[in-house]
Amino acid sequence: MRVAFFGSVLIAGALFGFGLSYSAMIKPEVVLSFLRFEDFGLLWVLGSASLTTMLTYQFLPRLMRKPLFDKSFREHAASLDRNTLVGAAIFGIGWGISGVCPGPALAGLGAGNWPMLFSLVGIFAGAYVQGRMMKS
Amino acid sequence: MFEFDLLFPLGITHYLIGGLFIGFAVSFLFATTGLVGGMSTFFTSTWSFVSRWEFFNREAFVASRNWRIAYAVGLAVGALIWMLTVGDAFVTTISWWQLTLGGFVAGFGARLSNGCTSGHGICGIASFQLPSLLAVLIFLGTAMITAQLMQKLGGLS
Repeated sequence: MRVAFFGSVLIAGALFGFGLSYSAMIKPEVVLSFLRFEDFGLLWVLGSASLTTMLTYQFLPRLMRKPLFDKSFREHAASLDRNTLVGAAIFGIGWGISGVCPGPALAGLGAGNWPMLFSLVGIFAGAYVQGRMMKS
Repeated sequence: MFEFDLLFPLGITHYLIGGLFIGFAVSFLFATTGLVGGMSTFFTSTWSFVSRWEFFNREAFVASRNWRIAYAVGLAVGALIWMLTVGDAFVTTISWWQLTLGGFVAGFGARLSNGCTSGHGICGIASFQLPSLLAVLIFLGTAMITAQLMQKLGGLS
C-alpha cells in the first residue's frame, strides 16, 4: 500500500513536470512574456489544466467511494482572510520579478535549467522567514 | 484570425497539451491517493526535518512532508524525461539576483497565502474556492504590474 501510494505520487509529479515542460512554463522568459502581454498562452495552460481537474474533482468522488491507495478524498481548503489575499499580492510581485514560481523551479532543475537553484534557495528562504513569523 | 496570432504568436497547441498533462497529473494524484496537490507547501513542510520551530512541526506539515518530497522529485524527473524525449535542454538568461530575490518574495507570499499557481491556480479554481479565485486574480495583477515595471525600469530580461 505504501509503495503504491508513494509510487503514485511520484508518477503524478512526473506527469506534472512533463506538462510544465511541454507547455514551456519552465521557461521564465515565456512566463514573463505572458506577464508583459506579449503572449497569452499561459491562459491556455491554466485553463486546460483547471478544467480537467475540475471534472475530476466533481465526478470522481461520485464514481469511487475512496481513492485507490488511501482512505478518503481530501479537499483544498482555502480561507477567505487577510493572509490569503495579502500573501497572493506578495507572491505575484515575486513571480513578476523573476518569472519563476514553485512548480517550474523544481521542474526546471530536472530539465537542466541549473539557475533554478537560485530560485529554489530563494523560495526555501522565503518560506522559512514566513514560518518563523508565525506564532506556532 | 490576425488578432488570434497577435495574442498567441507561438501558437496554442503546446500550451493546451501541456496543460492537459498537468490536469491529468493532478487528477491522477487525486484518484490514487485522494491528495490535492499544490507545490508551495513542500517548501514549508521540508523545514520540519531540520528546524525545531513549532510552526514547521505542525501536524499538517509533518504528516505530509514525505509525499511532498516524492511529488517534488517527480516534477524534476518528469522534466528530465521531457528533455530526453521531446524537449531540449534549456538554461535561462534571467540574472541570478532576480531569480533569488523573486524566489524569496514569491516563496514568502505563497506560504503566507497558503497557495501558489498550482494550489490556488489549478486546484483551487477546480474546486470552486472563492478565496483561491480571488488570490489568482490578485497575484496575476501584481505579477503583471511588477513584470512590466521591471521591464520599464531596466529592460531586464
